[in-house]
Amino acid sequence: MTEVLVLVDHTDGAVRKTTSEMLTLAARLGEPSAVFIGSGADAAKDTLARFGAAKVYTLDDAALGEFLVAPKAEALAQLVAAKSPAAVLIGSSAEGKEIAGRLAIKTESGLITDAVDLQPGDGGVQTTQSVFAGNFTVQAQVTQGTPIITVKPNSVTPEENAGAAEVEAFDVSVSDLAKTARITASKPREKSGRPELTEAAIVVSGGRGTGGDFSQVESFADSLDAAVGASRAAVDSGWYPHAFQVGQTGKTVSPQLYVANGISGAIQHRAGMQTSKTIIAVNKDDEAPIFELVDFGVVGDLKTVLPQATDEVTKRKG
Amino acid sequence: MANIVVLVKYVPDATGDRTFTSDNTVDRVGVDGLLSELDEYAVEEALKVVEAGDGEVTVLTVGPEQAADAVRKALQIGAHKGVHVLDDAIAGSDAAATSLVLAKAIEKIADYDIVMTGLASTDGAMSVVPAMLAERLGLPQLTFASELTIEGDTIRIRRDGDAATETIEASGKMVVSVTDQINEPRYPSFKGIMAAKKKPVETWSIADLGIEASQVGTAAAWTKVLSFEPRPPRTAGEIVTDEGDGGTKLAEYLASKKFV
Ligand SMILES: Cc1cc2nc3c(=O)[nH]c(=O)nc-3n(C[C@H](O)[C@H](O)[C@H](O)COP(=O)(O)OP(=O)(O)OC[C@H]3O[C@@H](n4cnc5c(N)ncnc54)[C@H](O)[C@@H]3O)c2cc1C
Ligand SMILES: Nc1ncnc2c1ncn2[C@@H]1O[C@H](COP(=O)(O)O)[C@@H](O)[C@H]1O
Repeated sequence: MTEVLVLVDHTDGAVRKTTSEMLTLAARLGEPSAVFIGSGADAAKDTLARFGAAKVYTLDDAALGEFLVAPKAEALAQLVAAKSPAAVLIGSSAEGKEIAGRLAIKTESGLITDAVDLQPGDGGVQTTQSVFAGNFTVQAQVTQGTPIITVKPNSVTPEENAGAAEVEAFDVSVSDLAKTARITASKPREKSGRPELTEAAIVVSGGRGTGGDFSQVESFADSLDAAVGASRAAVDSGWYPHAFQVGQTGKTVSPQLYVANGISGAIQHRAGMQTSKTIIAVNKDDEAPIFELVDFGVVGDLKTVLPQATDEVTKRKG
Repeated sequence: MANIVVLVKYVPDATGDRTFTSDNTVDRVGVDGLLSELDEYAVEEALKVVEAGDGEVTVLTVGPEQAADAVRKALQIGAHKGVHVLDDAIAGSDAAATSLVLAKAIEKIADYDIVMTGLASTDGAMSVVPAMLAERLGLPQLTFASELTIEGDTIRIRRDGDAATETIEASGKMVVSVTDQINEPRYPSFKGIMAAKKKPVETWSIADLGIEASQVGTAAAWTKVLSFEPRPPRTAGEIVTDEGDGGTKLAEYLASKKFV
C-alpha cells in the first residue's frame, strides 16, 4: 500500500487533535506515516500508534526550530523525494499552510488548502472545501505532482486504529538559503484553562454587544465546558485577545455548537463559524443578520439571558 | 533606503454575491470587485516605512482589466507607481501560477528591498502566495507580521502564532506579509485622489515577463475544481423573544439537543 505522509502538529511532543484527524483521513488513502519534526517524538509515539501511524519519521535538526518554515519545507521535500507518498497532509494553521506552499513549489505539486474532507477517487484524492464564507462547497483534485493538502481542524472525528508506529530517523540537510528568517524569541501563549478554540466541541463567543464585559460569556462557556471566542469588534476594542477572534482574519471554528452573543453576524464573522453544526444566537435586535443562520435564537439582552441560562445549565448538570 | 513592492489583489466584494464561472473558476468579471481590504494594511505599512526613511512604493497586481481599480486605489492612498500584469492567458491561474507571474514581475521591477503583501486575499483566502513567492525568489519570509521594526537592513516582526508569539528577523531583500493588527490604514484624501491621476502605471503582458501561455491559466493549474455547490440554506430556526425566561428556554433547547 502506498504511504500517506501526515505532518504531526505538536508542541514538544504534545500532539494536537488535528494530527489524529489527519491520520484518520490518511488511512482512507493509503498507509499513514507520521512525520515528526523537532524533539519529543517519544512522548508522541503512543498517540500516533493509536490513530494508525504505521511509521514515524523523525526529523531533527536545530535549524528546523530556529528558522521560520523554510527548513521544514526543505526537509519535507527531501522526505517526499525519498518515499514518493500518495499525498502529504498538513494542518491548516498559518505555519502549516506556509510549509505547504513552499513544499508545493519545491516539488512542483498541486496544493489544496483548508480541506474539510478527503476521499479516494478516480485520478487521485478528492477534497471537499468550504469557500466564500461557507456559502459554497467545492470538490477539487490535484492534477500534478504529489497532492499536498492542508486539513482544517475539527473536520472529522478521529478513529482509533492501531498502527505499528515504527520509528525511522530521517536525515535532513538544511541549506543556507533556508536559514534566513531567524526566530529570535518565542513566548508560549498563556493557557486559558479552557479547550482550544479550534478544537472545542462547543464555542461561546461575544461581540460588541457585551459592552466590554465578557464575564457573562465566560461563565456561560464554563458551564458548558466550552471555548470562548470573540468578534473582531470586541477584539479591536481591546476587550478580548486577538488569539480568540473568530472569522476571516481570526480562527475558523467548526464545533458541534456555536453560541454567538451580541454579535451581528457580518459576512467576515460568518466566514469563521458558518459550518458549525448547531448555531445559537442571543441578540437584542430581532433583525440582526445572525438570526438567519441560527437553529435557535433568543431576542433579548445577553446581560440577563446568559446568567439565567448559566444557572439553569448548572442546575441541570447537578 | 527602502524601495517596497506591495502586492495588491482585486477581489470580488465579500458583501456581494460571489460565485463561480462555468469553468469552475472564481467569477472575477461578472461581480463587483475592489482592492482586497487586507492588502490596504500592506500599502499602509509600506507607506509608513518609506515615510520614516526614504524610497518608493510600487504596487503590483496580477488580474483582469478591472484590477486596475485596485492599483488606482493604492495610488490614491499614497503609493508612488503601479504595475498591472494583464493577460487573458492568466485567467483561471491557481496560487502556484499566480506566484510565478508575481515572481517574474518582481524580478523585472528589480530595484526593490522589500516585497510586502496582505495576510490573505479575501476571496481565495489561502495565505500561501507570500510563502510561494519567497520560495520562488529564494528570499527570506517574515510573514503574518503584527508589528514591524526596521534597524538598518534588518527587519524584525512579531508573529502571533497558535502556540506562541514569536519574534522573527531577517536581513537583506525579503518578503513580508502583514496582518490586520499591524496598523490602521488611511483613507485616500482629496489631494491623493487628484495626485493619483498623474502617477505612472505600466501594464505588462506575460510575454513582457518571459512567461509562456502554457505556464499559466486554467490549463497549467496544478489543481482542478471538479464541482461546486451552493451550501443548502439553513432551515429557519426557532426564535424566541425574552420575556424574563429567555435564558431558561435557551437551557431547555440545549438539553433537548443533549448539549447538557
Ligand atoms: C477584511 C475584513 C476582515 C474582517 N474579519 C473579521 C473577523 O475575522 N471576525 C469578525 O468577527 N469580524 C471581522 N470583520 C468585521 C466585521 O465586518 C464586523 O464589523 C464585526 O464582525 C462586527 O462585530 P460585532 O458583531 O461584535 O459588532 P456589531 O456589528 O456592532 O454587532 C453588535 C451586535 O450586538 C447586539 N447587541 C448590543 N447590545 C446587546 C446586548 N446587551 N445584548 C444582546 N445583544 C446586544 C446588537 O444588536 C448587534 O447586533 C472583518 C472586516 C473586514 C473588512
Ligand atoms: N493576483 C494577485 N495580484 C497581486 N497580489 C496578489 C495576488 N494574489 C495574491 N496576492 C498577494 O498575496 C497575498 C496572499 O494571497 P493568498 O495567498 O491568495 O491568500 C495577498 O494579500 C496579496 O498581497
